[in-house]
Amino acid sequence: MRGLGRVLAWSYLVVVFLFILLPVVSLVVFSFQATSLPVPPFSGPSLRWFEALFADPRMLSALRTSVIVGIVSALLATVLGFLAAYGLGRYRPAGATALRAIIMTPLGVSYLVIGFGLLVVANELALGRSLLLVTLGHIIINTPLAFAIILSQMREEHANLERAARDLGAGEPRVIGSIVLPVLLPGLLAAFLLSFTLSWDEFIIAFLLAGFQVTLPVEIWSSLRTGLDAKTNAAGTVVFAISLIVLVLAYATNRALRKGRT
Amino acid sequence: MSASRRQQGWVLAAPALLATAVLFLVPMVLVLLTSLYRREGKVTVTEFSLANYERIWSDATIHAALLNSLEVVAITVVISLLIAFPFAYVIATVVPARWQGVVLLLAVLPFWTSYVVRSYSWLLVLAKNGVVNQTLLATGLLTDPLQLANTRLATVIAFVHFFVMVCALTIYASLRQIPPNLPLAARDLGASGWTTFWRVILPLSLPGVIVGAFLTFVLAIGDFITPQIVGGGTEILLPQLIMLQVSRLGDLPLAAALSLLLLVIVAAVYALAARHLTLGVRR
Repeated sequence: MRGLGRVLAWSYLVVVFLFILLPVVSLVVFSFQATSLPVPPFSGPSLRWFEALFADPRMLSALRTSVIVGIVSALLATVLGFLAAYGLGRYRPAGATALRAIIMTPLGVSYLVIGFGLLVVANELALGRSLLLVTLGHIIINTPLAFAIILSQMREEHANLERAARDLGAGEPRVIGSIVLPVLLPGLLAAFLLSFTLSWDEFIIAFLLAGFQVTLPVEIWSSLRTGLDAKTNAAGTVVFAISLIVLVLAYATNRALRKGRT
Repeated sequence: MSASRRQQGWVLAAPALLATAVLFLVPMVLVLLTSLYRREGKVTVTEFSLANYERIWSDATIHAALLNSLEVVAITVVISLLIAFPFAYVIATVVPARWQGVVLLLAVLPFWTSYVVRSYSWLLVLAKNGVVNQTLLATGLLTDPLQLANTRLATVIAFVHFFVMVCALTIYASLRQIPPNLPLAARDLGASGWTTFWRVILPLSLPGVIVGAFLTFVLAIGDFITPQIVGGGTEILLPQLIMLQVSRLGDLPLAAALSLLLLVIVAAVYALAARHLTLGVRR
């Protein structure tokens, strides 16, 4: 492609990029607004709304809650996903294909329906809404993903290493600790970090199942009721920044681990 | 492999299977049972009947919500693909290979803002005094601000924004898997640029298009946040109707039946698309 076609192609790229980045840019820019309404004209830069955000005990508590729910649910999903991927991928027990399908099914169901299902169970057992329920909900949406990611990282040649270790007298815990886990580390980290960001971002399950103590997306949701507010922009910018940090972390560790291997 | 080692596979998979059973399969069975109960006044009658399904069959409000959902999602799928395909194509063919990764990464940047926040950002952009209206007013293209926020258009825009990113990724993955000598061979055999595109590149990129369309459909039809935040008020979609039963009306049986309706729609679309749902990823 050359001449006019090239110009058109690049212009199209720029236009779509404008569309894609427009909401993020306005979110971030107007979080530095000096006045309270996050709309043009821009009156900043000012850190006023970030100060207000970090002085708000509800937002801070929601932030802490989200981090805890994210870490706990991501950790458990990764452990469950790893055990299942290793068990089904390496030992190929009878019915492995069916078991794999069962573990993957929650992936095909809307979060709304999963959250609603847990709400019905909680009602049936007369359990109050709680963060424990939210965490369980996040475990079930993330386990299939962690499972799929880790399974995709398992290679036949790793099995030889494991066999060699067993031949040399290592017991199963030793084989898992010294061979399987180190070899799968990039996959495990990817599964953990992706699970964390999905839990961190998840709204509807948390909204349905959280009691008095809520996660950050739910807290932001309640702050939306007051309409457009530069403080909500600041909260959104902080959420975005933390997601980006996790993403960069994931990318960097993965790169470092791969480099170390080759 | 010995029998005991095979059993070990089961033992290792057991925790995940147990979690799936307790946290997913049991709840789904309970949802099914609940959908057979019915709400009368303020009490839930726990004898089985098809009352909720009869209501779904005959209730005009439910029909409207279902129709709205299907329309909005269909429009979203079509527009997302129309925008994403040329976008992915330009990235795959015009952008130099070593920049493609960076460009893609930048293209999915908003993906990492939280879902609630992303919807809120669109409210910000589309509001009466938001960026779009202010820009149009300042350039003199408009004399009065447009009502953009809280309309179906706003829901579609916010949806398309998210799913252009998703579709661009799946289509790009498909385009990259086309061996470059196939289009070259077509050109050698005398096909014009357009013919090569229509008869070689487009058919070979269909897996990415179908996966993108499927993901868009499934994720959009179950989404409550976007229509609730940016669409706000003018019309109601299926997930909003479900949430209305749960939070305002306390009608869990009807909410259960509607959830299953949502589940069945997704399953039907999956069954239709299942054969084509592969990006040709080799394992």
